[in-house]
Amino acid sequence: MGKTLAEKILSLKSHSKAKAGDVVIADVDLAFVQDTTGPLTIRQFKESSFKALAKPQQTIIFLDHAVPSPAQQLSNDHILLRRFAEEIGCCISEIGDGICHQLVAENFANPGDIIVGADSHTVTAGALGAFATGMGSSDVAVALALGKTWFRVPESFLIELNGVFPRGVYGKDLILYLIGQIGADGANYKALEFGGKALARVTMSQRLTIANMAVEAGAKVGLFPSDKITKDFLKEHGRGDNYQPLYPDAGANYERVIPVNLDQLEPMVSLPHAVDNVRPVTQVKRVKIQQAFIGTCTNGRLEDLAVAAEILKGKKRHPATRLLIAPASRQVLIHAIEKGYIQSLIEAGAIILPPGCAACLGLHQGVLGDGEVCLSTANRNFRGRMGNPEAMVYLASPATAAASAIKGEITDPREFM
Amino acid sequence: MADLGLKGKAIKLWDDISTDDIIPGRFTHLRSNLPELAKHVLEDAAPEFASRAKALSEAGAGKAILVAGKNLGLGSSREQAPVVIKMSGVGAILAKSAARIFFRNAINQGLPVLLCDTDKISDGDELEINLTGGTIANLTSGIKLSCSKMPPIMSAILKEGGLIPYIQKHKGFKL
Repeated sequence: MGKTLAEKILSLKSHSKAKAGDVVIADVDLAFVQDTTGPLTIRQFKESSFKALAKPQQTIIFLDHAVPSPAQQLSNDHILLRRFAEEIGCCISEIGDGICHQLVAENFANPGDIIVGADSHTVTAGALGAFATGMGSSDVAVALALGKTWFRVPESFLIELNGVFPRGVYGKDLILYLIGQIGADGANYKALEFGGKALARVTMSQRLTIANMAVEAGAKVGLFPSDKITKDFLKEHGRGDNYQPLYPDAGANYERVIPVNLDQLEPMVSLPHAVDNVRPVTQVKRVKIQQAFIGTCTNGRLEDLAVAAEILKGKKRHPATRLLIAPASRQVLIHAIEKGYIQSLIEAGAIILPPGCAACLGLHQGVLGDGEVCLSTANRNFRGRMGNPEAMVYLASPATAAASAIKGEITDPREFM
Repeated sequence: MADLGLKGKAIKLWDDISTDDIIPGRFTHLRSNLPELAKHVLEDAAPEFASRAKALSEAGAGKAILVAGKNLGLGSSREQAPVVIKMSGVGAILAKSAARIFFRNAINQGLPVLLCDTDKISDGDELEINLTGGTIANLTSGIKLSCSKMPPIMSAILKEGGLIPYIQKHKGFKL
């Protein structure tokens, strides 16, 4: 019997013949925490009386959620995290470097790796063929010390992509469509594995967006095969030697096969207050927005800013709509400056926020007021997500967010293309 | 060690309770101050939850039992979510289904999560949970419910009272 990607990686890393449903103990190649889950991880690590890390060079503390810190308690958390990093000898990613998932993709993730992070969007690195999954602080604390964790080998859904993205339609629209089809618990405990003839046309930036939101369907991982696009990305980021091709076996056993014809897709919008409440933008009429937010681990990459800048160049944001942009990393910001995107965005009336999670989690840098509506390129629109239970969050692609910022209401980006 | 039998009263909630409902983002600055954070558990989504759970656990007539619908705990990996639920006096969670990170986090905190048909439980019902057998007796309605089995490693972690005591005892994972 052939193996799925999930079975392949978990077999390799558990030194066993793992098949869906088995429970295995697997080697962890990279473990990380961020500033809102790190303090509890350290507490659990110390409570377990652990003294050292299994792999200090493959352990990272990212300061990205509350950066720069908006409150003294969070500043103190940052002190705690910096001290721990120094004492124990692990890597620390400082404020302004960028969002953990973007930096893991840029600098660390390799095909076939097992990555655990104390953040649910750790699944993002599945775009590079890494079995990457979010866990809580206790699990990560133990993984830091042992260099291992346990997994139940997930059953896989094959998402078979065919066709070509039409004008104005992106990876974000695809994943929103898919979550709308299968539901927010449709892939609970499962692996989403992406395949099909269209893969060769899905860029790494789009793959990262798609894998990032696998967790919004409940999935444990969102896995892409490792192919030429992976090879080029790794080479571009200075780790071409780490490339290895990785595909599922022919005859692998999938619990479900879901074909998606990209030609048929439209720009999609997720409506409050559930990610799976998805409709085509053409069916979302006259929704005025007070804020448009482009950024996050879902859609804060260079390609995303390029699309937004192209739409907004020479235009102005609607006077009643604030436009916030948060590049996903320092590198993204530098490249966006070099390419002139930041200039176009600022001239259009945007506020550029520092690389980091920014307004996504309702903590700072764009908290919504009562009754306000935000169109965000992030991954979650739960009630209260952006800091106010009386506010409403819609999710869409950077193109839809840019077009909507110009019109002051949720707008089909194809009007500007 | 977690109690193998548990008696308590149901506080019935609904489907799709997210970790943002359990700990709203606006309380992120309290994530390292768990007693303070626990005061805000489910504050926007279910404002009476904290006081009801507290009253039940203080009455000594058994613990509060959080009963939810499908996909409980969807969203973020914040382990503080099950931590503050436990701190509010909840002895066990029953749901139709639970998001995987939340499920694993709760067990790691020694807070039992049992999956069963919670449509058969009403708010305020008296419940008797047998953790070893995975069965629930609804003493109010007389209905007996069976729960889906968790992997043996999770039962073992729960039996030790959570992941940290489990690791302290076994010095690693045992399959």
